[in-house]
Amino acid sequence: MTNPVLASYVVPVHPHPLLVPEQNEGWQRLRDAFDEARQQITDSGADLIIIYSTTWPSIIGHQIQADPNPTWTLVDQDFHDLGSMDYSFRIDADFAEAWNKANHARGLQSRTVAYNGFPIDVGSVVALKLLNPDNAIPAVIVSSNVYANRAETTVLAKSCLDVLKSTGKRAVAVTAMSMSNRMFTEFIDAAEDKIHSLKDDEWNRKVLEFLEEGRLEDVAQLSRTIHQQIRVQKVVTFKPMWWLSAMNDNRNDLTGRVLAYEALHGAGGAVVHLDPTSNGMGDKEYDEDDVEVYHGERNVLDAEGNEDSPEARHVDDHGPALWDPAEGKDAVNADSAPKPVGLYPHARRVGDLLYLSGVGPRQPGTNAIPGGPIRDANGESLEYDIKAQTRAVVENIARILEEAGSSMEKVVDVTSFLVDMDRDFAGYNEVWAETLGHYGPTRTTLAIRALPTPIAVEMKVIAKI
Amino acid sequence: MRLMLGRTMAKGSIVAGCLAPHPPHLVYAENPPQNEPTSEGGWEQLRWGYERLRESLSKIDHDVLVILSPHWQTYVGTHFLGLPHFEGLSVDPIFPNLFRYSYNLDIDVELSKAIHDKAADAGLAVKMMENPDFRVDYGTITTGHMVNPAFDKPLVVISSNRSRHYYSVEVMQEMMMELGRVTRDAILESGKKAVVLASNSLSHRHFTTESDVPEDMSKEHITSHAMHLWDMRIIDYMRTGQAQRIIDEMPEFTEQAIAESDGGGLTWLLSTLTVPTYPAILHGYGTIIGTGNAIVEWPCYAHEEV
Repeated sequence: MTNPVLASYVVPVHPHPLLVPEQNEGWQRLRDAFDEARQQITDSGADLIIIYSTTWPSIIGHQIQADPNPTWTLVDQDFHDLGSMDYSFRIDADFAEAWNKANHARGLQSRTVAYNGFPIDVGSVVALKLLNPDNAIPAVIVSSNVYANRAETTVLAKSCLDVLKSTGKRAVAVTAMSMSNRMFTEFIDAAEDKIHSLKDDEWNRKVLEFLEEGRLEDVAQLSRTIHQQIRVQKVVTFKPMWWLSAMNDNRNDLTGRVLAYEALHGAGGAVVHLDPTSNGMGDKEYDEDDVEVYHGERNVLDAEGNEDSPEARHVDDHGPALWDPAEGKDAVNADSAPKPVGLYPHARRVGDLLYLSGVGPRQPGTNAIPGGPIRDANGESLEYDIKAQTRAVVENIARILEEAGSSMEKVVDVTSFLVDMDRDFAGYNEVWAETLGHYGPTRTTLAIRALPTPIAVEMKVIAKI
Repeated sequence: MRLMLGRTMAKGSIVAGCLAPHPPHLVYAENPPQNEPTSEGGWEQLRWGYERLRESLSKIDHDVLVILSPHWQTYVGTHFLGLPHFEGLSVDPIFPNLFRYSYNLDIDVELSKAIHDKAADAGLAVKMMENPDFRVDYGTITTGHMVNPAFDKPLVVISSNRSRHYYSVEVMQEMMMELGRVTRDAILESGKKAVVLASNSLSHRHFTTESDVPEDMSKEHITSHAMHLWDMRIIDYMRTGQAQRIIDEMPEFTEQAIAESDGGGLTWLLSTLTVPTYPAILHGYGTIIGTGNAIVEWPCYAHEEV
């Protein structure tokens, strides 16, 4: 299936175009641009509007609105004198729940929220009231995680695409965000609004020039620089372009159009339309890692050496000794794979086939077990995450295959070993379907009593080279 | 024994200054009727600290609680709740699973306006918030509840101007020192006896995951040793009457401990107390989802003419 995002929009978060457009010609032009975008969205035939809002910060991963009909009256914390914003939205709660589940499958921390009176943020309220005033199209809103980095934000988009593809829905993706976000820190006459500084204005125009050329991934990869140059360090950083670019397969050849760019109490507010139709120009000129699964530990300050953290327990102190991989004429050994627990190679070539030794989830270098070990040094059982372990196994397999010049697409046959079939089959099977299952190898799954290290899953792989 | 301090004097006074952090977990753990979610307790060290603070304040005659809340964040000036009464439902946008609180509180608009006017005269950008649909922030409500769960005394609620983000900690401190000075002047002129409260944590690095049972205290600890050291350093200054050193080290503390003092509350509080040189009373310290929280009282009544 091709990318199900029919169109993408950047829209400002301030309430002025909604509440008092008549007070400033620029605010009115932004309002007109919202109206034009609304008509485009209506004409697009989209099944869903997905909003990533920078004015909804979160710290426990990402949060996704899942109340089918959130209704309240919002008053802006700063611009309360402009008036109140009554809202009643139609949210696709099923999609929200599915997205949350997909996030977990890709290693993200997230949760849905569905509470009466939950304060929907000003950016989302402005966007939905102006882009979808009659609730003709159901919406989904996701927060901006304060601690998320590019990898986390990119994976958030990929899990969203997973759900769009699995449900067959076609969507419009919206980022509610400012360009430069430095406002005047004093009260101003509405008629005299302007971008706070020439520098902010110049940077905004450069970013908008990129977007008008459809170079979304270039803007995404400049996010950190843009943040340093024209962003006040508020709650969240300039990360929505990571999400929006990933929603568009990190492309640089979209068809872009800036519908309006104006000042909002000094900040830069723009309405931008990005059409997926290729503009015929070249695609990416450079690229960061195209991460598929998130493995980060966001408690960064004490992640290393925290032996109590289930994500970071090592097996060295209560597992078998580790060996250097066996060398040999046909042996394949990968520095990026965990060391064996005996004298054998990671893989061996025979003709055009590659036979891998059993691969577990241990991490190369640290021996940490994603999802935690299944027992402690005294043999006492521990809680663990089979899906995290399974994902780590698949990634170790990918590393060995790559070292051998093979790839996941060339896997022919897999034998999987689970130490607790009843507990773990479902989670293991779910990750399988998202990863190796895509490529169609044959598979046999066996229940066994134990593995040499305190892990729950291991796979034996045969692949073509 | 209730201390009837200054009852016969026309001059107003600040009878106590408090660091009174607002994590909603504390209200959740108390299971008050106003809050919809229920818990099995948790964070007792801090809740016992609040008990001691309430006990202490119950012995001091006071008319009004003046709160600066870091969760009413304003980027254009400092704002004051400007209507006599607010009620509604407050749902924490970050911890909605813990905090869905029906609030009902009164505002001392006269005193709010007096502080507002003096701040304007001092050159600060200020605004009264007079929209009746405005939802009071959960920081104000949590601090208000933990100090006075009956909400039977009026509040003055001051927003947190984010000048630290626009400029620097130094500029934030200049503005908050001035706001503290005019807050004090307005209180003294009002003839009222006020408790001033800064509603902020100390170190403020959160965990980014939450236990299945949020009140599982086996999972609660400070995020890092460095955060602990900073918290203890600041608390030590408080307990030994060295408030000026807190002001002096605020830039480093705010940056290195990602401290919630970035919202200006602690600086404003110390300024209202004219940077006290007498010891504060530490009623409690504990962590909440990894952040450091101290409940501290400066007993002004014992050290100042009131």
